[in-house]
Amino acid sequence: MNRPSPLLTISGVAKAYGSVVALKAVDMTVRRHEIHALLGANGAGKSTLVRILAGVHPADRGTLEVEGKTANFRTPVEAMRGGMATVFQDPALIRDLTIAQNLRLSQTDPATFAQWLDEFDLGSLDRDRMVRDLPLDILRLVDLARALALNPKILLLDEITAALTADQAEKLFELLDRLKSDGCSVVLITHRLAEVMRICDTATILRDGRNVAELEVGGITQQELVHAMLGSPVDLAPDTPAGTTAPTPADAETVFAVEELASGEAVRQVSFAVRRGEVLGLVALEGQGQERVFDILCGERRPSSGRILVDGSPCRFLSPADAVRQGVVLIPGDRLQALLPSLPVYQNLVVTLITRIRQWLGLPADERARAANAIDSLSIDTRAAAQVRRLSGGNQQKVAIGRWLVSGFRTLLCFDPTRGIDIQTKGEIYALLRKLAADGAAVLLYTSELAEIPLVCDRVLVMHNGLIVDEQVAAQATEASLLTAAHGLV
Amino acid sequence: MVDSAAAATTVRARLAAKARANPSVVLGGVCLLLVLVTGFIEPEYLSLNGARSSLLQAAPLGILAGAQTILMLTGGIDLSVTMIATGSAYVAASQSSHGAAVAILMGVAVGLVVGAANGVGVAVFRVNPLIMTLAMSGIMLGTFTAWTQSILRGSTVVAPFIKELAAGSFLGNRLPYSVVVWAAISLILIWLLRRTGWGRLLYAVGDNETAVRLAGVRTWQVRIAAYIAAGILGSIAGILLAGRTGAVDLQLANAFLLPSVAAAVIGGTSIFGGVGGYTGTILGALILSVLNSMLTFLNVGQDIQQLVYGTIVLALAWGYAGLANRE
Repeated sequence: MNRPSPLLTISGVAKAYGSVVALKAVDMTVRRHEIHALLGANGAGKSTLVRILAGVHPADRGTLEVEGKTANFRTPVEAMRGGMATVFQDPALIRDLTIAQNLRLSQTDPATFAQWLDEFDLGSLDRDRMVRDLPLDILRLVDLARALALNPKILLLDEITAALTADQAEKLFELLDRLKSDGCSVVLITHRLAEVMRICDTATILRDGRNVAELEVGGITQQELVHAMLGSPVDLAPDTPAGTTAPTPADAETVFAVEELASGEAVRQVSFAVRRGEVLGLVALEGQGQERVFDILCGERRPSSGRILVDGSPCRFLSPADAVRQGVVLIPGDRLQALLPSLPVYQNLVVTLITRIRQWLGLPADERARAANAIDSLSIDTRAAAQVRRLSGGNQQKVAIGRWLVSGFRTLLCFDPTRGIDIQTKGEIYALLRKLAADGAAVLLYTSELAEIPLVCDRVLVMHNGLIVDEQVAAQATEASLLTAAHGLV
Repeated sequence: MVDSAAAATTVRARLAAKARANPSVVLGGVCLLLVLVTGFIEPEYLSLNGARSSLLQAAPLGILAGAQTILMLTGGIDLSVTMIATGSAYVAASQSSHGAAVAILMGVAVGLVVGAANGVGVAVFRVNPLIMTLAMSGIMLGTFTAWTQSILRGSTVVAPFIKELAAGSFLGNRLPYSVVVWAAISLILIWLLRRTGWGRLLYAVGDNETAVRLAGVRTWQVRIAAYIAAGILGSIAGILLAGRTGAVDLQLANAFLLPSVAAAVIGGTSIFGGVGGYTGTILGALILSVLNSMLTFLNVGQDIQQLVYGTIVLALAWGYAGLANRE
């Protein structure tokens, strides 16, 4: 095959943040005149690779070459001089400055910038507007025009289409095609496989910090892409009670339900119900509105429309305190949000017992027994109990769960409770969730690890672009079926 | 007796470990040392009279520092606490014709209202505590300056009962009443901080407010209650100060603002919240009072006094931080 020469060669790139290994070893080649898709599940290492290519973080190991010359960027400026231009997932503009001030800061040539912006019919955009007043899609395009004004050899686009409208995306694709024929190569990160099929030439697939496949997009189907992203199933927790619990009876009463919940652009319409004794799974790619849904359910944020029902009666949660009083409690995705880091395990556990003013002048008589129970049933390692900050991640997560065991609850909202936790603790958490459900709780579990779904859940909902797009019986859900639905391919 | 260097090192290591485990002992030692140094400078000081005068000084400071301790545990501070003290004293003096009980109640009401306003500003409107209480201090100074010409134009002399309470003593002139008041307040504060749900929430809110909010606590209630408690403590301190001097003026409690924060910091309460307690603050207040006496006896100029005072406060705060960090 007569393929163009390599423009960017990545070999053996590895990166760890502290003890978290984000990239193990990645090899990838971007050729001239190529739009190259970079694909992978959440946490596969895509964004880390982009940061390395953009010079934000240097790689721990491995080399980058641009046009055959070593180019291990140490700073963003070096990367820019090396011909890279990046549009990050979050706009890299200073919110409290105007567009013009931002351009001056990055020494962007206003004329070139204007020319690129005009490609999206935004030539008349007022440069004196504050960045914070601009909608997200305009910001992404401003960022893009700024990147293009650098006249790059390689353009890195991290999830740029997620914020664009359909016609803006259309214009972008035409533009990328033209760039390609002009000799600029593009690395495109996206969760939308349809876009990959449509404009990309090649796709590199990352999984678990490694590149596992490079595919010519011309000859494959979307299903094959999904399949390549999944690969062989990973090892699962050994001692989980998979399928050991009877499925929840369909006639168990509904404890917690939401009807037509909506919030801005992020959540368009979400309805579901969780029954007593049920673990309901929720699966979504990054940024499909799941964080917003959880924020609303736990009372941290109010929906723009829709209803929350507890035991069939509508409730308004103005703060987490309202939700907790209805027995709706949250284990947040960032466990630091559930911990008192400089206080002992004991105080962390019993803080949920003093939520009302009338409990202020005294201490609950049974709090020692309750805390001891929670420590026992979670087997929390209390050797470093004097300060929760000194516990391991898994133990901290147990404390975050334990404080609700102490107070009791009826509906448990878990946001990715096993993220960054060792496999044994994961197994313990699965078993605990099943046991809580068996004891009569209703559990809503969002997880980024699809393999957990059939192990823990009874049913699973799939969310895409602010909508629930699919519901599956968890025991029959596979990573393939979930990922297909999560890409909106149902 | 220990002879070898190795054994001495072990003893030192063990002492250091003990000191870390119980910083109050270290502070108590520092306090005792300062008392002895002061006694060396002025032998008269090592008498009942000397102790009495230091305790008399320490009582209002200790109460004001109690207000700061409560707030610092939540990550807050009250820069208006001395203005609350002054305002309360003013109101109490102007009401002295209605009897001591009414005067004291009216005085305390000032602390309650101003503390509540501070609390609402900080907890509900999310104003930074420094800004909120600094502004409140300015507002109060302006208001009271205006009122001394009109509403409060009555007495600036406090009722005899308040004078007796603040400056008088019993048990043959040995034990000042104000120290008894301080002791009672201390017991209540220590109980509140250690043995009640509210006390626990103060630490928790200062450590991580989000975690407490997600636990179902209305954290604004905890904060407002803290500012009200601080306001009431400010009022009590102000009334005691007024009783000690016998009359009020708008500069009454001014000089106590920074020492009230310093006493809490020396006592090991972190200005970032979540760490500390009132026992340390009591010792901090005693240390500062003894230091004050010592500097007075030194018979040097105001400039040297300030210099020594600042240096010792810095050394104590730094020493405590070193102790806490090595943990």
